[in-house]
Amino acid sequence: MTCLPAHTEKKLGLVIDLDTCVGCQACVTACKEWNTGGHMAPLTDIDAYGGHADGVWFNRVHSYEHTTEMGGRTVNFPRSCLHCEQPACVTVCPTGASYKRASDGIVLVDEDKCIGCKLCSWACPYGAREFDTDVGVMKKCTLCIDRIYNDNLAEEDRVPACVAACPTSARHFGDLGDPTSAISQLVAERSGVDLMPELGYNPTNKYLPPRAHTGRSAKVDAPALEPIRAEGGFLGWIDRMLSN
Amino acid sequence: MHPAFAIVFFTTATGAGYGLLALLGVLGGLGFIPADFWLGLVGMALALALIAAGLLSSTGHLGRPERAWRAFSQWRSSWLSREGVASVVTFVPTALFGIGWVFLGRSGGWVAGAGLLAAAGAVTTVCTTGMIYASLKPIAQWHSRYTLPAYLVFAAMTGGVLLNVLLQGFGLGSTAVLAGALLATLAGWGWKLATWRYNDRLEIPTTANTATGLAGGTVRSVEWPHTQENYLLKEMGFRIARKHSTKLRRITQGLAFALPALLLGGVFVLPWPVALVLSALAAILQFAGMLAERWLFFAEAKHTVTLYYGRE
Repeated sequence: MTCLPAHTEKKLGLVIDLDTCVGCQACVTACKEWNTGGHMAPLTDIDAYGGHADGVWFNRVHSYEHTTEMGGRTVNFPRSCLHCEQPACVTVCPTGASYKRASDGIVLVDEDKCIGCKLCSWACPYGAREFDTDVGVMKKCTLCIDRIYNDNLAEEDRVPACVAACPTSARHFGDLGDPTSAISQLVAERSGVDLMPELGYNPTNKYLPPRAHTGRSAKVDAPALEPIRAEGGFLGWIDRMLSN
Repeated sequence: MHPAFAIVFFTTATGAGYGLLALLGVLGGLGFIPADFWLGLVGMALALALIAAGLLSSTGHLGRPERAWRAFSQWRSSWLSREGVASVVTFVPTALFGIGWVFLGRSGGWVAGAGLLAAAGAVTTVCTTGMIYASLKPIAQWHSRYTLPAYLVFAAMTGGVLLNVLLQGFGLGSTAVLAGALLATLAGWGWKLATWRYNDRLEIPTTANTATGLAGGTVRSVEWPHTQENYLLKEMGFRIARKHSTKLRRITQGLAFALPALLLGGVFVLPWPVALVLSALAAILQFAGMLAERWLFFAEAKHTVTLYYGRE
């Protein structure tokens, strides 16, 4: 059913700390490694070693330069499914392949029902869904349902692969529907935000903005580099000759 | 948005087909168009061929077309599913109307009822097609009050111009149908101009700031997560140069609206064989123009995911 549950018992999701993410891509490769053998397997690669490498990934890390009056900084930004409370990707699905679970709020695709119409990927503003041209169906983050409920794993390993892999603990997993959970308290403490709140998808995943500049960092007063003026005379002639 | 030819052709062809079907259903059922076997057969065949070709073309867009039957199940939430259901349900009164009007040569009574139901089904199907696009919030150019009426106006316009050719072909040219086709063409032109004007002035609240949650200042993409274009960029990051956009808008206006309007104007004053040629030419040019219009509808639509890639 592509109608949304009125209420989910839990709101499992991720909290991503943009202050501590170093953009190492460990979460990206860990996600690919686990999921290419997991619930939505395979995560197809096309021309992986050629000039037009393409393939399905559930997690992509962008890098941005954020410049404000306080100065500039590099922000590494992991982007994956936000398991929204109002996921239009689910309601637009004509076949019932896309669904949001009433038990934990995770948004999933039933690959056996997907007709590959791609409309869900159009309806997702965050680019969370990627089409597998090889299999002909849509694929997306499962929040590692085959890890978080996996009794064969040690309890501390029952977290999504991206969270387990993060070397700087920039990724947190938990129940965002429970205000007393550690993850909810982290969001409250660090004023976590929704992405594109104006679109009304109510994402479950939250992002923790980078901490404010302290002003304690070293000042760099070196002048900016200027272009070299063109030399005249003999040296200028040599320069022009060698430049040709 | 990437203009997949399967979808561009599908929406253009079914729009014209359902437009023609609705007009035949109303005008034929109520007896304004005489129940003539060959006229009815050619007219209904043309409408159904356009609809069938469009629907078949749309399945070419699917990754797993063999499962297309599943798309009839989620009509409670999905406009695409509703479109599928509406298109199939419409075939029932259409078949009854075809039997009554074409093969039994009747109008009025139950044939009129079936014709009106077929027309209602055609209009409903076109509405569901429009709503598929109008309901997508990440694409501001589609998520507007201009999208749904555009699909209806263009269906009426292309259907009306086709009906005019049909009647001219059987020497039954009607001034009312001709005037209707001309007015619908002018209305379509006006609506398209208003849509472009609205889209060009659109101020989209979603920015790279709200997309990343980084408040204030500027957010500039310095590194993509991948070196080559991925699915998202191929499907949603389609870009065309502005100068092409301007040229294509001119081509669209010429082919879809201006030339057909001029030719239809000529049909008013010129005698029969010439009037038929002009009518047919108007329909052919308009169909080509509408393909360009639908191509632009996709090519000029910007999806919010492109903000993550620094493509404003």
